[in-house]
Amino acid sequence: MFQIRIHGRGGQGVVTAAEMLSIAAFLQGKHAQAVPSFGSERTGAPVVAYCRIADQTIRLREPIMEPDAIIIQDPTLLHQVEVFGGLKQDGYILINTNRSFEELGVGDFVRGWHAERLCTVPATEIAMKHLGRPLPNAVLLGGFAAISSVIELASVHAAISEKFSGKVAEANIAAASAAFEYVLREMKEAADHA
Amino acid sequence: MLKQIEGSHGVAEAVALARPEVICAYPISPQTHIVEALGEMVKTGALSPCEFINVESEFAAMSVAIGASAAGARTYTATASQGLLFMVEAVYNAAGLGLPIVMTVANRAIGAPINIWNDHTDAMSQRDCGWIQLFAETNQEALDLHIQAFRLAEELSLPVMVCMDGFILTHAYERMDVPEQALVDAYLPPYEPRQVLDPREPVSIGAMVGPEAFTEVRYLAHAKQMSAIERIPQLAQEFRAVFGRDSGGLVRGYRLEDAETVVVALGSVLGTIKDTVDELRDRGVKIGVLGITSFRPFPLAAVRAALAGAKRFVVLEKSLAVGIGGIVATNVRLALDGLALKGYTIVAGLGGRAITRASLHRVFGEAIADRLEAVHFLDLQRERVARVLEREEAVRRSGPIAEGILKDLGTVASRIG
Amino acid sequence: MAFQPVKFYQTGTFTVGNRLLDEQQRSVQAQEERSNSLNSGHRACQGCGEALGARYAIDAAMHATGNQLIAANATGCLEVFSTPYPESSWQIPWIHSLFGNAAAVASGIAAALRVKGRGEVRVIAQGGDGGTTDIGFGCLSGMFERNDDVLYICYDNEAYMNTGVQRSSATPPAARTATTMAVGAQPGNVFGQGKNVPAIAMAHDIPYVATATVAELHDLEYKVKKAMGFHGARYIHVFVPCPLGWGAASQDTIKLARLAKETGLFPVFEAEHGEVTSVSKIRRPIPVEEYLRPQKRFAHLFGQEPAAEVIARLQTIADRNIKKFGLLDAAA
Repeated sequence: MFQIRIHGRGGQGVVTAAEMLSIAAFLQGKHAQAVPSFGSERTGAPVVAYCRIADQTIRLREPIMEPDAIIIQDPTLLHQVEVFGGLKQDGYILINTNRSFEELGVGDFVRGWHAERLCTVPATEIAMKHLGRPLPNAVLLGGFAAISSVIELASVHAAISEKFSGKVAEANIAAASAAFEYVLREMKEAADHA
Repeated sequence: MLKQIEGSHGVAEAVALARPEVICAYPISPQTHIVEALGEMVKTGALSPCEFINVESEFAAMSVAIGASAAGARTYTATASQGLLFMVEAVYNAAGLGLPIVMTVANRAIGAPINIWNDHTDAMSQRDCGWIQLFAETNQEALDLHIQAFRLAEELSLPVMVCMDGFILTHAYERMDVPEQALVDAYLPPYEPRQVLDPREPVSIGAMVGPEAFTEVRYLAHAKQMSAIERIPQLAQEFRAVFGRDSGGLVRGYRLEDAETVVVALGSVLGTIKDTVDELRDRGVKIGVLGITSFRPFPLAAVRAALAGAKRFVVLEKSLAVGIGGIVATNVRLALDGLALKGYTIVAGLGGRAITRASLHRVFGEAIADRLEAVHFLDLQRERVARVLEREEAVRRSGPIAEGILKDLGTVASRIG
Repeated sequence: MAFQPVKFYQTGTFTVGNRLLDEQQRSVQAQEERSNSLNSGHRACQGCGEALGARYAIDAAMHATGNQLIAANATGCLEVFSTPYPESSWQIPWIHSLFGNAAAVASGIAAALRVKGRGEVRVIAQGGDGGTTDIGFGCLSGMFERNDDVLYICYDNEAYMNTGVQRSSATPPAARTATTMAVGAQPGNVFGQGKNVPAIAMAHDIPYVATATVAELHDLEYKVKKAMGFHGARYIHVFVPCPLGWGAASQDTIKLARLAKETGLFPVFEAEHGEVTSVSKIRRPIPVEEYLRPQKRFAHLFGQEPAAEVIARLQTIADRNIKKFGLLDAAA
């Protein structure tokens, strides 16, 4: 079972991101479970959502305490919330930022981890470019498809199409693809440096 | 058809497949997504003929449902928590009148302190109201139980409450098999009421009954519920024949063979318990699980049969009967009358507190070693309780308890789980 | 054979059956095919205004709908005296659910009829003032706001009579009830702001609102019939004296109802879509004292030292109604 925890703020589509991730996995024939952290949070408040992906039926209903991957939709949460709590050694981290892990002050935490699993992507900028709105959720899923082999970009596209329609879907698909390409480049650079 | 959808959406689709004719809606979290989806289906004409009525309170929701059902319409509504309590008078009335209304309860805690998260206090408060109460373990089962619920309700002329864990199920996206309309039609015949308000054959429904006959009327309600103990497994069998799935029934055992310890629970927490039990079984621990699907009527014989061979039972319940402990546990103990089993009650998951495998391993271990207290509160933070008690000891004007505990706790946003 | 029309003086609203009148002018009760919806044998007190009002109202509604009628009834006297198990006085499909939900139950019935394509069957909800102006008020307003196809009839006897005469929000100021005792410095019910439910109904802009009394049963029948000509939410507020609760003589029910109207304390009018369309004029202005004095619930106002100030305040209420609704002709 592969477990992903998504951190963001109310209004950023955190819950929708987890749901799309589960749809993408479902479309690849996997079992998936997406749940929000059940808050009555308002716009701007920290929000968490979970997604589990497995080959068998998922019975587990506890919150994801030991994620395999973490997606952070808002880097300002880094110093407010225990976003990395329980993250497995060498887990995947994807942060919406145009700064580096070092610049964000989490360089020490991930020292020695697989560099290609630690990625940043300026998802808000990409979203602004394609959608005209700062909604980084679907964009980050494109990036996540690049760093992990759990879901494919095509499934992310299909999941976006299930959740959105028309121009919004098209723009999100384009943005997700852009993030996918960005992260692939970043990973290649990391691998080249290693 | 397999779909990756939200539990609420799946349930809405199941309800729509049952061809309800009147749906009453009043918003309360976490059931809102169900009626929102149904409202949209009615508005687009996908669900027709059907009247979708936005009412001004849960009391009105159940009251409109009573009128609609008494006039012969297949009727549905949904609620949770405070909403269920707000409609209580009408909930009892619907049962007393024998109106086969189906209602989803998206289980949620009852305040004060106000709390929107999941536990079973709402449904448990209505355990004696005369409704049949079915608890879903998964979203698939929630979907399936709604289809069975209409059939059961209408056969017996009794209302049925389908309970599904708020947020944990209602807001979870997972794989659901949404059946074809033809299959549902084959399983669920059109509603033929036993009593109906119709000028062609006038009847008085809801007349006053005094001591000369009240006991008999109440006995009939009990006898009908008891007959559901026979009917519920049969309907589950028939469901399996039509849909090819095991859903519903009275109870469901898991790894009960040679189990010395049996964990009894209701609802979605059974999944986490089963995962924990698998890990314990891998270590050679003889432990199993009994899930109760039908809480009302309570299947005394089935529970007794499932637990009779064990040494101890552990009831893990998301409800608290203040002043005695467990509600489910009290019922389970009645089923075991005369048997020499040790019994433990674990009150867990109140107000949405996460029930984790780690905590379950700890308490099951203590139960197996017979070191657990009779009524145990899972993950109770005793030091916080102690601070409140100290404060109350020290000063008379100790202030509101909820506020005091939150101040002690500090910010919660930074915590996971 | 030579035909000599009989000159009949007792016509108009002072008479009931009017079998000697022209057929068009006769009461529904004068007709052989009257439905007896609330049949004889029920257990209302002698002189019960509510039983009288309900019989006339429901039979009139039956007449207007070709006997295609279903009624939802709130808990209260009407429900209790009409259906002691296993008997029922109701000759129509009738349901009693709860005290506070008659309007909502009726909404549900109307919805079921709509979905089943039985639009010809009409729905009435009925209750006393407690079930209407107090505990059932939320459901009533909800039914109005949605404009559900329901005629709600409130039989207002100004207190909770079924439970033993306790104050409701329709109890008039100064009236003695079991919970507004005639003791202390200000005996009886307080002078509050009142709760004018017909006006509140009008504020919902529903198609039809009317008030009536059991003193003018032709008028009540006319208004019920008229109400059944509308679709959507309708409200009729009927003033029904309660001999037991008011401490009045059983034979004075009609008289007290008439006095309530003639003093101006209970204005009788009709309104459509929020606008008053007609008022029943006062024939001969009568001081409120004449209405109050025969009722034991106001007896404390007429002791050795009459409470002139209180009576004057009650007169002010009547005068305000007279002015507000134009209850007096300019000539009067």
